[in-house]
Amino acid sequence: MKPIVIAVTGLNAIDSPGPGVAVVRAIREEIDRPVRIIGLAYENLEPGIYMDGICDKTYQISYPAAGPEVLFNHLTVIHEKEKLDLVIPNFDAELPNFMTLATRLQAIGIRSFMPDPAMFAARDKQQLFSFGKENGFKVPKDYVINYVGELQSAAESLGYPLVVKGKFYDAVVAYTAEQAQKAFFKISGKWGLPIILQEFISGTEINVAALGDGKGNTISVIPMKKLYITDKGKAWAGITLQDETLIELASKFIRTTNWRGGFELEIMQHQSGDLYIMEINPRFPAWIYLTAGAGQNQPASLVKMALGEEVLPFTDYDAGKLFIRYAWDMIVDISRFQQFTAMGQL
Amino acid sequence: MIKKNIATNELGYVFNPATGDSFNTNPIAASVLRYMREGKSLSEIKKIILATYEVEPDMIEKDLDDFLQSLKEFNLLAPVV
Repeated sequence: MKPIVIAVTGLNAIDSPGPGVAVVRAIREEIDRPVRIIGLAYENLEPGIYMDGICDKTYQISYPAAGPEVLFNHLTVIHEKEKLDLVIPNFDAELPNFMTLATRLQAIGIRSFMPDPAMFAARDKQQLFSFGKENGFKVPKDYVINYVGELQSAAESLGYPLVVKGKFYDAVVAYTAEQAQKAFFKISGKWGLPIILQEFISGTEINVAALGDGKGNTISVIPMKKLYITDKGKAWAGITLQDETLIELASKFIRTTNWRGGFELEIMQHQSGDLYIMEINPRFPAWIYLTAGAGQNQPASLVKMALGEEVLPFTDYDAGKLFIRYAWDMIVDISRFQQFTAMGQL
Repeated sequence: MIKKNIATNELGYVFNPATGDSFNTNPIAASVLRYMREGKSLSEIKKIILATYEVEPDMIEKDLDDFLQSLKEFNLLAPVV
């Protein structure tokens, strides 16, 4: 039987991990046909390249800044060798390129199951407040600023503490003007402008992983409370929750946007019980394997939908399932590293 | 009185699946939770404890009140209708 060939990005299973390794693990566990995983890596030290049982082959691709044409050329070459059935991009920053190419990729036989540009734009950090206002979601107030001189007036309006966020990644809670300025330069230096200043909401951090079918239907929703948070704000341990209000919130987002694919809601549950959407990530989160562990394997369901199979909405899952992440030192022969570094494939 | 979705076990572990909070209780509290789950009233629970342990009724009264207050604070009790 010909395997399903799936290309996956986000193999950087590091302290601020990409979701790729977890996505592959979930797919391999559920799909009952042969699966061949083609890793797409940006850097030669992404652990998923070298991990046993994750990728059958990995190719290096250019950074998203190179643009869609370069990506298309890479994917075309890889497709000629590997006959890809499906590609699952897992980074926010690369999604615009993949979305731009979705029709062309489909035309050469590479399927995908992603949001379209309108869905993607609706939840963009820079639009989130107005999106929430228009559609009845609680979202902290924010200001999108392009130079440091705008910081003071925005901060006066929001008050301290406030959250300084990059357009793709990184967020710092600043308690003083000095801290806000430092965060502005650090984050804009790394991810570019604009910077988003967001009202600080205190409470319990809850994340929700969900999957929409692109027609407004919810296929799966798994809420998770962070139990252990790293200094980068990432969940290192978490537990699934049974809370209908969280499930309804994610379902409402799917109905509102007709979301296609996986996404993550980052939620702050205020002491009053109000649920504030802090951020909406347009792809699976790094902790996505917990959805498989709790009984709703979202990556495998995405694969099935992308291949045109009918997937019925999940109705149940295990509350009280924990994930506990760990670090593990792999020993890798230099020849494998050299092979990937020199040849761009392993 | 205790919420239906709250999970408890014989060792006194309590888990609230709506909030992700978990608690450990001592053996007597675990028994009280079990009796509550069985639908026993507070006065029945007091009688059982008095019959099982050497303790003054006033002390039981106070400890049970404190325990119920803790359950309420941790959002483990069902609203009274």
